[in-house]
Formats: sequence, structure tokens, C-alpha cells
Amino acid sequence: MAKKRIDARGLSCPQPVVLVDKAVANGNTDLEILVDNEVARENVSRLAVRRGLKTDIRLDGTDIVITTTKA
Amino acid sequence: MKNIFSTRTGIILVGAAIGIGAALLQYLGNPPNMGICVACFERDIAGALGLHRAAVVQYLRPEIMGFVLGAFAAALIAGEYKPRGGSAPLVRFFLGVFAMLGALVFLGCPWRALLRLAGGDGNAILGLLGLIFGIFIGVMFLKYGYSLGRSYAQRKSSGWIFPALMAGLFALLVFQVSFAPGGPIIFSEKGPGSQHAPIFISIIAGLAIGALAQRSRFCTMGAFRDVILIKDFHLVSGVAALLVFAFVTNLILGQFKPGFEGQPVAHTAHAWNFLGMTLSGLAFVLAGGCPGRQLFLSGEGDMDAAVFALGMIVGAAIAHNFATASSPSGPGAFGPAAVIIGLIFCLVIGFTQRDKITA
Repeated sequence: MAKKRIDARGLSCPQPVVLVDKAVANGNTDLEILVDNEVARENVSRLAVRRGLKTDIRLDGTDIVITTTKA
Repeated sequence: MKNIFSTRTGIILVGAAIGIGAALLQYLGNPPNMGICVACFERDIAGALGLHRAAVVQYLRPEIMGFVLGAFAAALIAGEYKPRGGSAPLVRFFLGVFAMLGALVFLGCPWRALLRLAGGDGNAILGLLGLIFGIFIGVMFLKYGYSLGRSYAQRKSSGWIFPALMAGLFALLVFQVSFAPGGPIIFSEKGPGSQHAPIFISIIAGLAIGALAQRSRFCTMGAFRDVILIKDFHLVSGVAALLVFAFVTNLILGQFKPGFEGQPVAHTAHAWNFLGMTLSGLAFVLAGGCPGRQLFLSGEGDMDAAVFALGMIVGAAIAHNFATASSPSGPGAFGPAAVIIGLIFCLVIGFTQRDKITA
């Protein structure tokens, strides 16, 4: 299944988290989340782990890409 | 690099440091139960600049400058300094104005609400309940897609403006410049504005807290918001640490005096203590941070947060010029009206600002 992409760049706290939480609540566990700052990375990662997902983080230019899969 | 300050232990240590630091600053001269109050101190700065003429609350508070400059330095060192802006600045300005109007009806920001409680002021309970209620309303908006839209990367130099302003204010404090007889810079001769710790202690405390808070993302509004929104107790553990450690330090220093009547720089109009902070709490959620957090963000280069902080300073001037600020004798003549107008403003913003982004 293709990963669901969430572009949360430039959104202020806690909107990236709200978007990811909604997606997870709708049954999407394979996500590709784009954020552009360290705080959003921390917050999204923390939520993902609490929702029982495994996270993988890579840098893409100035963006941070968080991919999640079911743990 | 692992950021130890953003762990659970880290946020608790930072909350404890702020709690102990604030109680010590009181001991060293800052006003009672006001070791650090972002709203009160921005109000004092507005007064020192002559933006309002309430003679008892005028001082250039170095703690505020330290917060911004400490966060600026910490963000630069950590590679997190990122100038950004453009997410509904005018909306954020007025959220700052109304956040301040609400805070000055209660007489304190969330930090001071905690410090007042840690000093035994029972009226702070009403303020904190109001704050949580305001945050609860804000969380409902967040759940239904509230957003002020994206911010965008800005050029490096634009992020320097706010820290430079703070450095300039610090220079005005150090050199005690007078621009006109009876005019700014004005320093209170009596009242809370005349009570302050030595400048070098205040600035060092401010810089240290600014740096720590930037690393740990300490935010009092975010703390309650995350509990309500996603049952995440990370930030709230830092807030609890602030309260507990300020309380213990107050006990040790003999600064704990429980009661409702005659508490320092406080009044007992319960309904307005509650509703004032409801307005502030809601405005903080809609703007994405408590007043302290907005200062730390502006140090990191977030110009939208800086616009909010400027809104708060202007809001303080409005509060005292238009008699909406409370005093120890109770709410100002136009305080209740300001709270109602502010709540209407925030509700309109909450209902009308939505993003098309869906998950």
C-alpha cells in the first residue's frame, strides 16, 4: 500500500501532531510526514511511538521526513 | 545529537529550574509571587517606554530580554535558528493584545498563576481553572481543523530584529537613558515596578532560562493542551515540577502565605480571575504558545511569535490606558468589557480560520 503523505511544513505546534493523530485514528499506519523543524520532528515522533508505530527519520534538504510503519 | 532537555527528565529539570529561579528572584527583590511573570514584565516594559503611564508598573525587565537572547543563542548553537514567518501576523498581533488584556484582568500569565499558587494565593486556583477552560475551548477548534496557515522561511537577517530589539532595551536599562524630563525611560519609584532583583542576576537568570526553555520546548499552555488533546503528559510534568519546586523554595525562604485575601498584586473577584484567564488560555492556543514560549520561539527566529509578543506589549499599554487592567482592589472599570470583546474576537478567529489541509 502506498504511503500516505502528510505535509506539515510551516504549520505551528501542535498542528503537525493533530494531522498525524487524525491519520492514525483513521487507520493509516504507513505515513510519510514532512516537517521543517526539530520541534515538530520530536513531537510527531513522540506521538507516533505512543500510537505504537515505528519511525524512521531522514533529511531531505532543509526538510525532515518521518516515515512510520506498524511496529 | 540527542537533545537531553527534550526528554521527560529534561523537561522536569527545566521546570524545577524555573520554579526555583523564580522563587529566588523574588527573594532577591522581584515583586512577591512575581519572580517571573511574562505578562507582568512585558507590561512593565511597556510602562518604562512610556506606552502607558501607570506609575507603579514601569521597569525594563531584564528577564524578558534574557529569555529572547538566551533562546537565540541556544538555537544558534544547536543549529535550530530558523527565521520564519508569514502565518497570519495581524491575527497573531491581536491574539497577543487580547491575551494580555485577559492576563491583566487576572493579574498574571500562566507562569505567575503557578507562582501565585506556590506562594499560597488561593485566587490563582480560579485563574488556573480559567486557563484550562480556555485551553479546552481552543483544543476543540484544533480538533476541527483550526489553523492560521503555514509560515515560510525568511532571510537570515529578519530573524535578528527581535533579539536586537531586546539587546537595545537592555542597553537602555544599563545606561538608564532619559529622553525627556518626566518621559521615558521611566522607572517606578514605588509599587511592583520598583521591586527588582539586581540587573546582572536578572539577566543571567533570564539568559539561562531562555536557553533551557528553548532546548526543552517548555510551554505551560502546551502542557495542558497536550493532556486534553492527545493525553500526552510530557510537558505537563515540567509544569508540575515548576509548581512543586517553587512551592518548596517558598517554604524554605518563608515566602509561603496561604489565603485568598490580601495576597500580593492580586484581587478576589473570582469570576473575573477565571474569565480573564479563559480569554488568555484560548488566545494562547490559537497562537500556539504561552507568553514565555512565544518569547523563546521569537529568539529562534519565529517572527510570527515576535509579532504576538509585540501584541502583548501593546495590549499592556491598552490595558492601563483604557482602565481594563485589574488592581489589588479588583477589576478595572472596563476590564469585564475587554474580556467579553476578547472572547468574541477569539471565537470568531477560532470558527473562521481553518485550513484545507486534511489528513
